[in-house]
Amino acid sequence: MSSHHHHHDDDHSHLDPMDARVRALESLLTEKGYIDPAAVDEIIETYETRIGPRNGAHVVAKAWTDPNFAQALREDATAAIHALGYQSRQGEHMVAVFNDDTTHHMVVCTLCSCYPWSVLGLPPVWYKSPPYRSRAVIDPRGVLADFGVVLPEGMAVEVHDSTAETRYIVIPQRPEGTEGWSEEKLMGLVTRNSMIGTGLVNAVDERP
Amino acid sequence: MNGGADLGGMQGFGPVVEEAEEPNFHAEWEARVLGMVVALGAAGQWNLDQSRFARESLPPADYLTFPYYRIWLEAAQKLLLERGMISAEELESGRMQRPAVPIKGRLAPADVEAALRKGGPVDREPEVEPRFAAGEAVCVININPAQHTRLPRYARGKRGEIAHVLGFHVFPDSNARGEGENPQWLYQVRFTARELWGEDANAADTVTLDLWESYLRPTS
Repeated sequence: MSSHHHHHDDDHSHLDPMDARVRALESLLTEKGYIDPAAVDEIIETYETRIGPRNGAHVVAKAWTDPNFAQALREDATAAIHALGYQSRQGEHMVAVFNDDTTHHMVVCTLCSCYPWSVLGLPPVWYKSPPYRSRAVIDPRGVLADFGVVLPEGMAVEVHDSTAETRYIVIPQRPEGTEGWSEEKLMGLVTRNSMIGTGLVNAVDERP
Repeated sequence: MNGGADLGGMQGFGPVVEEAEEPNFHAEWEARVLGMVVALGAAGQWNLDQSRFARESLPPADYLTFPYYRIWLEAAQKLLLERGMISAEELESGRMQRPAVPIKGRLAPADVEAALRKGGPVDREPEVEPRFAAGEAVCVININPAQHTRLPRYARGKRGEIAHVLGFHVFPDSNARGEGENPQWLYQVRFTARELWGEDANAADTVTLDLWESYLRPTS
């Protein structure tokens, strides 16, 4: 974050220029009565501590263990996910796509950064960046290779470009060898990337 | 618009690099920008689509190189200036120099949880029957508006098939221009990778986009 620029405002000369700039804007908006900084704190706190990929892992583990829930998720993912308590901004209109033996699903937003905040939290930088947004639709297998994912021979890839307010969550395949596992234990296997479609779920985590 | 944000199918950006144990924010200012932008929604001075247009209309070279929250910051600043909520002089000095404009509301800390829970649903009561049904072949129109659209360049003029009827949703193209919600049927449309990218693409692969009815035409 270092910079060669020097900010005009001496009050903030010890700060990174972006920090100084944003601080100045926040104090102006506060003085004008447009925002309450305590509300800003509360929003940040929500995404730092309460809304994140564990919500989505719960959805996935429940879909794996409860056929009725899986069916509800297929028919009306918004209602099924809201019923688990995950009703929140950027999750108003949900679609769940299920990986199976013939199709692997992957989600992108080529136009901006649409992402299911309610179940995955805030998107990682790579999801919002040009390399992923440009290539996911034209070279999904190349992108998967960047993540170390090689699909079995003959498996199709379906990419979902989130061009509207519909938010997609991938329900990865349940790994073999997890028969009889509890929902809680299964949740521990479900990674964020597996719910975006840039990862698979393995019973033993093989990532370095 | 054909701006820096419409990235689908571009090449040359290199591999996707994932940061291990990535934090939500890489500097304090990023967190403040996220919080401010969400909080400013309550002021009711712009809608979601106007906010998106403010981001995608940044100069492409800036859009492609700025950290993502800087894109949000520049866009928010542009909207605040455009709406007269702040002046260039105030922005420069960081101090209030003229009265605030009336706003719809200021988000209170106690209301954050409810506001996030409520979100901003964009489905509306259907006014007409959907023109297309699942399984139907459709052709995407070719448009190149200088204004906001959610029809990416790479899908224009292509042929696909309706996968699902998703609902009756606010139409961003008109909502971004302040011309009302003009809700329409929204469809998940499936395209073969070969239709989008040519014969070098994998024959089994597909891409879906969520497209509004006015982007689509019957094929016959």
